Amino acid sequence: MSLRHTALDALHRSLGATMTDFAGWDMPLRYGSEREEHIAVRTRAGLFDLSHMGEITVAGPQAGELLDHALVGFISALGVLRARYTMICREDGGILDDLIVYRTAENEYLVVANASNAQVVLDALTERAAGFDAEVRDDRDSYALLAVQGPEANDILASLTDADLPGLKYYALLPATVADRQVWLARTGYTGEDGFEVFCAPADAEHLWTSLSEAGAGKGLVPCGLSCRDTLRLEAGMPLYGHELSTELTPFDAGLGRVVRFDKTTNEGQFVGRKALELAAAEAESKAPRKLVGLVSEGRRVPRAEYSVVDTEGTVIGRITSGSPSPTLGKPIAIAYVDAAHSAPGTAVAVDVRGKHEPVEVVALPFYKRAR
Amino acid sequence: MSNPTHLQYSKEHEWLTAAEDGVSTVGITEHAATALGDIVYVQLPEVGTVVTAGESVGELESTKSVSDLFTPASGEIVEINQAVIDDPALVNGEPFTGAWLYKLRVTDTVELLDAAGYDAFIGA
Repeated sequence: MSLRHTALDALHRSLGATMTDFAGWDMPLRYGSEREEHIAVRTRAGLFDLSHMGEITVAGPQAGELLDHALVGFISALGVLRARYTMICREDGGILDDLIVYRTAENEYLVVANASNAQVVLDALTERAAGFDAEVRDDRDSYALLAVQGPEANDILASLTDADLPGLKYYALLPATVADRQVWLARTGYTGEDGFEVFCAPADAEHLWTSLSEAGAGKGLVPCGLSCRDTLRLEAGMPLYGHELSTELTPFDAGLGRVVRFDKTTNEGQFVGRKALELAAAEAESKAPRKLVGLVSEGRRVPRAEYSVVDTEGTVIGRITSGSPSPTLGKPIAIAYVDAAHSAPGTAVAVDVRGKHEPVEVVALPFYKRAR
Repeated sequence: MSNPTHLQYSKEHEWLTAAEDGVSTVGITEHAATALGDIVYVQLPEVGTVVTAGESVGELESTKSVSDLFTPASGEIVEINQAVIDDPALVNGEPFTGAWLYKLRVTDTVELLDAAGYDAFIGA
């Protein structure tokens, strides 16, 4: 199957990006050094093309009720122009995807799915819409998505828009004019820094990218690829579908039970997966088999996804889901599911790095939290 | 990027100097370093090890991957570059000079390319 290209494809190539196949999209992996890009986002600002993300619009008088039924969150309770991190689960509680839902109007929501799951989410929402007075619309081709992330992001945006940025709170959005283009401007991101995501028409993407690049040039903004996006989210302890999240796991297994809202008042409290998730919640409370933890290594070898975690005797007690060198900490870090008995912060365990046991320490997530 | 003409190259993207008193220096090319991304860990063979051309003698880890380090020549390892072990990012910065990896007393090599041949091989 041929790869899909974003509206910014030619621009990435002119910037000399190393491209990679990500969920069927030809995306920038990095432009130069991924470490430098990571540090730019932590200390200045970075500009990302995230147009591979899957946008789905849900609109109609019962759009909120439909989402309350289809997702685990209490979506209809969300204020207009607010956003929420949530998940869509199977009837058995397994996670189909994690999502951000933006309430764009009284009766309209923008659901943003991972590129790899966009079709699955679209199909599930369409199927679950039966009986609700609401429309589920595939808007993947209607939007390009740029992100400006980092401590300078606010000032960079402020130079291109009259929108009320001080009034735009974390996990909120606004219809705004940025560089003379109409966009949805959201204060969301996946880096652990302050920043914005800009949903625009694909035809406007190049103009916005160029305007943001120019506005950010004096503030140290650099183009950033998916490689540093992954290390940024890892430091921030944010899960990535296919790594920390899968259909084999419930939100409770992933330590994210808080996204499941059993207190929903719509649809008589019923939603897809409720029964299984109630059992999962009880089990997580009483006898969680494994817990999601952070690992920090004092060595130099990188604990990577799928490597085994072992105890001091060498017995396998867990599995790594994501691992990378941490530019901020200056040492390798990883997220892993480990047996509950070994999950307390400070526990000394080891990672089997291709046959050699590298000592690591269990730490609480996240690895990095920005100063506010 | 330009591949120095005084070096010879393997199709596994190592470079090799002409032997001096039987000893050649080995590194990886800029093309390989760029393809790997930021190098974060280098594992080299120990001095005294006898290696066989074409076999894996160590590892290069980048942010995103782990790659075998193949040797373009057979022989005994006589010196390794501690500077690269201490600062793996050198491989990205000075792949053809400061980031040489090891020296060995060469007894045989894999099929090697000259700079023009390697340029053509990588489509430079």
